[in-house]
Amino acid sequence: MTKPEIDEITGVETTDHEWDGIKELNNPLPRWWLWVLYVSIIWSIGYWIVMPAWPLISSHTKGVIGYSQRLVVARSLEDAKQAQSVYLEKIAAADPAAIKADPELLRFSLAGGEAAFGDNCAPCHGRGAQGSTGYPNLNDDNWLWGGTLEDIHQTLKVGIRSTHEDTRVNPMPAFGRDKILEPAQISDVTEFVLSISGSEATAEAATRGKAIFAEQCSACHGEGGKGNMELGAPNLTDRIWLYGGDKAAITQTIRNSRAGVMPAWEGRLSPETLKQLAVYVHSLGGGQ
Amino acid sequence: MAVTAEERPKKRLSEAAPGVERSDAEAVNAPEVRSLYTVREKVYPKRAYGKFRTLKWGVMAITLGIYYLLPWLRWDRGEHLSNQAVLIDFPNRRFFFFFLEIWPQEFYFITGLLVISALALFLATALAGRVWCGYTCPQTVWTDLMIAVERLWQGDRNARMRLDKAPWTLNKVWRKGGTHLSWLLVSISTGGAFVFFFRDAPTLLGEFMRFEAPPIAYIFLAIFTATTYLLGGIAREQVCTFMCPWPRIQGAMFDQHSLLVSYRGWRGEERGPHKKDESWEGRGDCIDCKQCVAVCPAGIDIRDGGQLECIQCALCIDACNSIMDKIDRPRGLIAYDTIDNLEAAAKGKTSPVKLLRPRILLYSATITLVGIIMLVALWNRTILEVNVLRDRNPLFVALSDGSIRNGYTLKILNKRHEERAFRVGTKGLLGATLRIVGFEKDADPTITVVPDDLRALRIYVTLPEASLQKLKDGVSEFDFIVTDLGDTSTVRNDTTFRSPVR
Repeated sequence: MTKPEIDEITGVETTDHEWDGIKELNNPLPRWWLWVLYVSIIWSIGYWIVMPAWPLISSHTKGVIGYSQRLVVARSLEDAKQAQSVYLEKIAAADPAAIKADPELLRFSLAGGEAAFGDNCAPCHGRGAQGSTGYPNLNDDNWLWGGTLEDIHQTLKVGIRSTHEDTRVNPMPAFGRDKILEPAQISDVTEFVLSISGSEATAEAATRGKAIFAEQCSACHGEGGKGNMELGAPNLTDRIWLYGGDKAAITQTIRNSRAGVMPAWEGRLSPETLKQLAVYVHSLGGGQ
Repeated sequence: MAVTAEERPKKRLSEAAPGVERSDAEAVNAPEVRSLYTVREKVYPKRAYGKFRTLKWGVMAITLGIYYLLPWLRWDRGEHLSNQAVLIDFPNRRFFFFFLEIWPQEFYFITGLLVISALALFLATALAGRVWCGYTCPQTVWTDLMIAVERLWQGDRNARMRLDKAPWTLNKVWRKGGTHLSWLLVSISTGGAFVFFFRDAPTLLGEFMRFEAPPIAYIFLAIFTATTYLLGGIAREQVCTFMCPWPRIQGAMFDQHSLLVSYRGWRGEERGPHKKDESWEGRGDCIDCKQCVAVCPAGIDIRDGGQLECIQCALCIDACNSIMDKIDRPRGLIAYDTIDNLEAAAKGKTSPVKLLRPRILLYSATITLVGIIMLVALWNRTILEVNVLRDRNPLFVALSDGSIRNGYTLKILNKRHEERAFRVGTKGLLGATLRIVGFEKDADPTITVVPDDLRALRIYVTLPEASLQKLKDGVSEFDFIVTDLGDTSTVRNDTTFRSPVR
C-alpha cells in the first residue's frame, strides 16, 4: 500500500481523488461524532435482539418483546371496536326510529351507514345511491316497497327475490312472452300507461288500452295506476321509471316483465349495521 | 525581594503591557488548531464587560422572558374560550394570539409570518452579518445562560480551568454537582415552558404536580429538557461549528458591505507585547494580550479573520475595548466593520457603509409587500364565513312529480365569542323551495351557531318542472344568503343548481 499523500497547505491526507486539479481532503469526523456512530451500532445490536429484525427462510427473528405491526393494527382495530361498542349496544337495543331521534346515535349511524353502504350497496346502487336503469335511485321520493324507516329496514333484511324466506317478491306476468295479450293489445296498454304518466300518447289507443289495463293490470297497479307499495307495484303515473319511460322500454316491460333482484342482508350484515344502513338510506333525502 | 534571572522573562511574558495581564488562552476551536480525531478541547469563555455584553444580557432577558412568561399571560375571551393570550390549541384546532384567533383554514397568516421572519433574517444578515447567531439564536441565548450559571458555581475562566484540573474533592463535587443540577433546572423549565404553549398553563402545571398530565406533555418536556441540557450545557459551540447548517448558508448572505465583527489588522499589526515607555510608532496597537480569545464562546481567534466558527457575538469587541482603555489607545481595534472598509483602510482610505444595495432593497421591498398583503388580509378577515359544498354524487335527483332536487352542505363558521342566530335563504333561483334537514317543520327556520364553532347544515333545494324549462343547459348560478339576525349583516356564497340537459 502506498503512503497517503499529504496536502501541502493544510497538512491533511488526501483521498487521492482529483477533479480539475482539486484534490479531496480526507478530513476526519470530530471524535464525539464518531462516538455517536459507535453508540448507534451498539444500539442496533440491541435493536436486533429486542425487535423483529433478521429475515429467515420462511419467517424472521421475532425479537424478545414480540412487537409486530400486524399486532398493532389488530389491537387498534380492537380498540376501535371497543369504542364503537358503546354506540352499537345502544343501536342493538333501539329501533331505527329511536336511533334517528337520538342526535348522537344518528351521527354514528350516518357515518357507519355510509361506510357499510360503500362496501355493500354501492356496486348496484352507486356510490351516491343514485342508482341506474334497473337499480333504484335511493335519493328520490319514489319507493317501490315504501320509504319509511321500517320499510327500508325490512327491505334491507329480506331483499327482493332473494333466498330469504320472507323475501319481497313483486311478480308481474310476462304478458307477451306468455301470450296473455296480443302484440296490438300490448301496444294499446303501453299508450295508456304513457298517457297517465304525462307523456305523449295516441288518445285512441290509450282509450282501448284503458280497458285492458283495468282487466289485467289494475289488480296490482291500482285503478288509476298509482301502484301499491304492499305488493311492490310501482306507481305508473309519476315521472320516475326504473327501467325507462319511453314507449320501447315500457313495451319491453309489459311483454317480458322485469325481475330485479336484491340480496337479503340479514345474516350477512350484523343487525346493528342493518339499522345504521336503514337510517343512512332514509336520510338521503327521500325518506318518508 | 530580588528577582532571579529565570523568573524575569516569565513575568514579562505574562504581561502584555504594563498592568495588562496576558491571557494564555488558545483558540482551541480554530480550524488550524483543532484536530478532529482528538478529544474536544473545552472552551472556557471569560466574562466580558462592555456595551455589547450589556446588550446581550438585555436581549437574553427579553427573549427568555418572552419564552418563559408568554404562556402565563391572560387574555379575556369570554366564558367559552381559553383565556390564555398565546395558545396553540391542537385538540380544538385553534391558534390563539391575543386578539387574533386563527382557524385551520386561515393558516396562511402563520405562513406569512414565517415568510416575513425568514426575509427579516436575510435582511439582518445582509446588513450586519450573523446578528441572529450572535444575539438571538436560542442556541446562543441558552448557552450564554448556561455559562452564566456555570460561572456562578465555579467562578470565571481561570477558576473553572483550575477546578477541572483539581482532584475530586468535596468542594469540586459540590461545585460541579451544583452546576449540573442548576442546568437541569433551567432545562426542565425550558421544556415545561414549551409545553405550556399547547395547553392552558395553570391547568397543565397543576397536572404536572399531580402527575396527571397527558403522556405527550411528559414526552415533550423530556425532549426539551434533554436538548436544552445537552445542546446548551454540554455541546455549546460544537452545535454551531458542526451541526448547524446556517453558518454555511450565511456565508452567501453577507457581502463586502455588511457590517461584520472584524479585527482591524491594518491598525493592530505588528502585534506584540508593549513595554513601559515604548513608543507606539512603527508597531501595531495589538498587544497580543489574547483577551479576545479568552472571552470567545466559540473558541476562536478573531484576529485570524472571518471564519465559519465565529457566531459574531461581539464579546471580543468588549474585551478589546476595555484593554485599549487601559493602555490608553483608541477603542475599536476589534469592531463592526465592512470588508470593503477594511481593505480601504489598509490603503489609508475609508469606504463608508453602503446601505442602498440591491439585496437590501430587494429584501426590504419583499418584506413590505408581504407585510401589506398580511395586513390587508387581516383587515378583511371575516368573523362569519360560509362555505357551500355542492353534492357531486348524485349531481341532481329527479323526483316523482318531475321536479329536480339538488343537495348542498352549508357550513356556517361563527368566529365570534357569542352565540349567533342566522337565517338561510337563496337568491337568483326562481321558484326554488328550501328544505333544511332537521328544520322541516319550520318554514323559515332560525339557525343558531354556538360561539367560536362551525355548524354544518344539509340543505335540499328543489325546482319544479315549470322553472326548470327556463334554465339554460339545465344549469343556473345562484347565491346562498346567510343573514345574521343580530346585526342583519349578510354573507353570500355562490353555487350552482344543476338539472338534466333537456
